[in-house]
Amino acid sequence: MHLAGRASAASSFPAHSIAGRAGTSFKHEHLQAILADGKRDRFFEVHAENYMGAGGPPHAALTRIRQDYPVSLHGVCMSIGGPQPLDRSHLRRFKALVDRYEPVLVSEHLAWSTHGTTYFNDLLPLPYTRATLARVADHIDQVQEAIGRRLLLENPSGYLIFPESTMNETSFLAELARRTGCGLLLDINNVFVSATNNGFAALDYLANFPLAQVGEIHLAGHTQHADDEGDPLLIDSHDHPVADAVWKLFDVITRRCGSIPTLVEWDSDLPAWPVLRAEADAAQAIIDRSLQRSIAGEVHAVG
Amino acid sequence: MPSAEVRVGNFSAAPSYAAGFAGALLNPDLDTPGLVAGPRAKAATKRYNVYRNNVTVSLINAVAAVFPVTQRIAGPDFFRAMARFYVRAEPPISPLLFEYGRTFPDFIQKYEYAQSVPWLADVARIERAWLDAYHAADVQPLTPGALGSIPSERLVDTVLRPHPAARVIRSRYPALSIFAANRREGAGAVEAVEPEDALLTRPALDVEIRPLPPGGASFLAHLMSGCPLGAAASAALSDNPSFDLAANIAGCLEAGAFTTALGGEG
Repeated sequence: MHLAGRASAASSFPAHSIAGRAGTSFKHEHLQAILADGKRDRFFEVHAENYMGAGGPPHAALTRIRQDYPVSLHGVCMSIGGPQPLDRSHLRRFKALVDRYEPVLVSEHLAWSTHGTTYFNDLLPLPYTRATLARVADHIDQVQEAIGRRLLLENPSGYLIFPESTMNETSFLAELARRTGCGLLLDINNVFVSATNNGFAALDYLANFPLAQVGEIHLAGHTQHADDEGDPLLIDSHDHPVADAVWKLFDVITRRCGSIPTLVEWDSDLPAWPVLRAEADAAQAIIDRSLQRSIAGEVHAVG
Repeated sequence: MPSAEVRVGNFSAAPSYAAGFAGALLNPDLDTPGLVAGPRAKAATKRYNVYRNNVTVSLINAVAAVFPVTQRIAGPDFFRAMARFYVRAEPPISPLLFEYGRTFPDFIQKYEYAQSVPWLADVARIERAWLDAYHAADVQPLTPGALGSIPSERLVDTVLRPHPAARVIRSRYPALSIFAANRREGAGAVEAVEPEDALLTRPALDVEIRPLPPGGASFLAHLMSGCPLGAAASAALSDNPSFDLAANIAGCLEAGAFTTALGGEG
């Protein structure tokens, strides 16, 4: 996939490759520490909505980080999974950011967050039916047409089910990718959270996931609560280190697929930069091992 | 699957899953919607409550992020209880949460339990204006010497275009002193008792806030609404007889309140 490094006469930032890289969420609190530690072998992801103001320090910080690193633009509130039409002014703002910052990856969620005029500030779920499939595919077409780029769509964290669903999530995502040409953002923590909450095996889900369409992987921490029956109910809280079980699943996927740009998300109870960087280092080590195995495999095959 | 085909036909006519799901998100008195379930016949109450909790808590956090000083003055428990009422009564209508809370100062002003802290709404107005200035467009402000190139006889008709970050907040209370004293933990006592007007600007990356001299708020409000200098000065003088024109112009320019001066026709 050649989403990275599109040279253009109008380009205002250097093109940085994201191949084989691990990255983290970019938080302004970390900017000075990131610049001070000077490592250039990472990438950063930002939530698009935080940069939809006209100017000021957010744009200054993102401009600075974009000079030195590949940046992935992650939309959180396009409401692609909702029944109502997309918000055109929001789509224009999103496109303006893609044009301005030339992100190496652009992603959104299989979820909705606005209904009527109310913005709920959460990634809300949808039933998986032929009707919702058609609607979501239309919305993805509209976004991809507006930004002139391939969008990666992220699998959600699930806490409940809709009995009216007629498709499972992996078939739904595979069919969206087939119809729209969009890529997928595989959030392995979301897979683990959903599997625990909704009673299926994470490895079965991953076996059915259209891995060939995955352009980015997300890892994150979660917290444990209890459902009505007292069984574990995991919350995708992004405020903890990545859980051991999620690292294991990531290793499985990396062995199967090779290196895919991988991002560690951390959004609240932010740790100091070295703690977050260490999470990305751990992901990078798993990616690097898979690269070494594939090089060794090629040498072996040639010999 | 015929049933799925029927749903396609009725998609826009039937109440959507979003309508069914959203109704109870901000209303704790409503039951869990019937269109969701747990797996294997498990109950969905605590599962649905994950979304309820995410929505309410994240919106309260969003209000707290816009109004940190107001929260420090009110105390976190009082503030979050007040913000909970607010997010349920007036949830955001834009996905840009840094735009949220424009009506929160008015909400505070009417909030029954905040009546003993009558300046709290004005502190919140300063904070809302502060965040607007923070996100405003990056524009070079008019430099203090710029008016010098306009012939003095044209100054009276000169119109000054306001900088996108510039905001004026007027208060019957010493709201600016209270705001300034509470920006950090462990605030000292506020000695001020007089009403205060504040000017917020962002000439570069940092938001600046300063008190306005007598008549200054009226002068600036007139200038920012497009009044020429002469008319704005007259209005300021009638607002406050001790209004000092030269000092006010110098102060506004130094703060970076304007972007351009449109000289009057000679």
